[in-house]
Amino acid sequence: MARRAEPISALPGAGAALFVAALILGTLAAVALRAETGRGFAASDWAALRFTLTQAVLSAVTSVGLAIGLARALARRRFFGRSALITLLGAPFILPVIVAILGLLSVFGRAGWISQLLMFFGLEPLQIYGLHGVVLAHVFFNLPLATRLILQGWQEIPAERFRLAAQLNAGPRAMWQLLEAPMLRRVVPGALAVVFAICLSSFAVALTLGGGPRATTIELAIYQAFRFDFDLGRAALLSALQLVLTGGAAFVALRVADNDGAGAGLDRVLRRWDGDTPLARGMDAAWIVGAALFLILPLSAVVVSGVSGLLLLNAGVWMAALTSVLVAGLSTLVLLSLALPMAAAVAMGRSTLIEVAGILGLAASPLVIGTGLFIVIYPVADPFALALPVTALVNAVMALPFALRILVPQAREVMMRFGRLSLSLDMAGGPFLWRVFLPRMRAQIGFAAGLAAALSMGDLGVITLFADPEVATLPLQVYRLMGAYQMQAAAGAALLLLLLSMGAFWILDRGGRWHAEA
Amino acid sequence: MLRLESCEIANGAFILRADLEINKGAKLAIIGPSGAGKSTLIEAIAGFLPLPQGRILWQGEDLTNLPPGQRPVAMLFQDGNLFPHLTMAQNAGLGLRANLRLSSAEHAQVQNALSRVGLADLAARKPAALSGGQQSRVALARVLLQRRDILLLDEPFAALGPALKDEMLDLVAEIADETGATVLMVSHDPKDARRIAEQVVLVAEGEAQPPQATAALLDNPPPALKTYLG
Repeated sequence: MARRAEPISALPGAGAALFVAALILGTLAAVALRAETGRGFAASDWAALRFTLTQAVLSAVTSVGLAIGLARALARRRFFGRSALITLLGAPFILPVIVAILGLLSVFGRAGWISQLLMFFGLEPLQIYGLHGVVLAHVFFNLPLATRLILQGWQEIPAERFRLAAQLNAGPRAMWQLLEAPMLRRVVPGALAVVFAICLSSFAVALTLGGGPRATTIELAIYQAFRFDFDLGRAALLSALQLVLTGGAAFVALRVADNDGAGAGLDRVLRRWDGDTPLARGMDAAWIVGAALFLILPLSAVVVSGVSGLLLLNAGVWMAALTSVLVAGLSTLVLLSLALPMAAAVAMGRSTLIEVAGILGLAASPLVIGTGLFIVIYPVADPFALALPVTALVNAVMALPFALRILVPQAREVMMRFGRLSLSLDMAGGPFLWRVFLPRMRAQIGFAAGLAAALSMGDLGVITLFADPEVATLPLQVYRLMGAYQMQAAAGAALLLLLLSMGAFWILDRGGRWHAEA
Repeated sequence: MLRLESCEIANGAFILRADLEINKGAKLAIIGPSGAGKSTLIEAIAGFLPLPQGRILWQGEDLTNLPPGQRPVAMLFQDGNLFPHLTMAQNAGLGLRANLRLSSAEHAQVQNALSRVGLADLAARKPAALSGGQQSRVALARVLLQRRDILLLDEPFAALGPALKDEMLDLVAEIADETGATVLMVSHDPKDARRIAEQVVLVAEGEAQPPQATAALLDNPPPALKTYLG
């Protein structure tokens, strides 16, 4: 019997999957071995658990609740700038958290625009630090995601159903019962689970807007145990707790969420015959304008205050920017060398093990991997000297699930369309890789690389564990400037970070599609 | 001679039996009801499907365990015979070297092959800039360069109009006569068989039957073929 013919070997993909699994599970094991279970949880640990769950529930409910109204308005109105707004809803995914925080501070902070308005009328300024600040920032990031998820549900209602409902002269209430409520019952649980899971492992938001005994997430507690007390046992115990939480939430989210909001056709407009009353029009307009302001104002604030701050940038910031570019570049290379072989192997039907390894990244927490790597590296080398490579590696692993979602469908397509032709032309191996697979995957590689570069560029996570005062990535530098109350310089550095992140994404994504044939 | 020796070909759960011989240099059509296993037969010869039983021999040499690219076989598929990101010259050049590192003599060979199919001026174009007929010609230029003993056609011209399809079939016949290749062509149109194939392999009821003379079979079809031809 002829052995199974394949255009490229699946072995490198299996190797990459093994490496990822070993990294995630190995660091987990290192953490577990180090955890001092006998000591049990202190009162502050329970407080961190309570706060983590409370803020995640509030963030999920608020984001999804607002998203239902916004998605409904977007689904049934057409207006100038609609598709630009929907594109903007995708932007927070690659927006550096620290940049958004600065923007939110300048709008909602004590000295922000709204507080100034309130004080003008003799009222108290807003207080952003604490639970509501954390939830506000999470809603800023997740309202757009939830809106895309729910809008997709709305768009998937077949046009014929709306025609049928119009034919039956269905009023708003009937419309709701016939079409909208059943769709929402299907889509909303998934959206809630996804946002809840994302907010569970919130670190940078809690680091900047939370803190103190009443507003510390578990991730933040890991950081504090590690950084302030150098209590590896406690950090490990908290890591184990975090892992149970994120693992459980990721499992639930994967179970109930049936789409990822990345679907095409979100800017398609259905012809509708309902909601044509002045009241409905006014409400939809309020939703759309309100959401657009909520998203655009903080970003504009960063740009406005950052432009003058750009002149204040010192050598430290430029050095940090260079560091960030290098880390992002390295992280992107690591990501591609893991994701491409894995995508090829999955496309050739070796899915189970490899896809599981890809999904592990969703459940893993960067701080837990960071803690584990520290425990592993500490006896043999100076972990602080390895801060940058470790950051690049952890960023790559965190971007892996998204990269696989982008690469695998196209890899399947390439194997299906060109696998046999290539085999019959004896192109197996190198010729297939260089002449067929990589050229055909270029657009997807560019998109995945752009996401990875932008995510790594803006990441403020594992670097905070490992960095000594001499080393900083740009997000860390922004955070340090904020801590030193140099808000002008921080705003300038944040604007630089925003430009670098978006620029890296734009260049790589465009580069992939440049002169690409269908 | 191409010999399928008590073969059982597995295509998923479907099993096709074949025990037959095909003369070197012959041109055959493979006909039969749709779903009977016409493509299964030539995919097995090309090496894409496993043989739970039997052997495939070419001139006495056992091909059964050779990977597809190392068999003396060139194949044209129903669609997707060209790589859209490569030029016509590169697509044809793959027939000489899979890594496309061609010597200047080989470049000249590619140019000759493209001239032979009437496309000398279009060597630098990519498939999207060409018509369906021109794309088929490039695929045939590649077949010409591959110089393989066996040419398998899985209805590559099905999407072309009748006149253009006839033109391509004639070109296939000419190329086969020049290279001495043995041609096996899947077809659902008896007219194609009459046009270039002196023999027919009938695939029906889970079995590929030994070759029979085209005219005799089509003029006086057995029941299974009769139902299909209508």
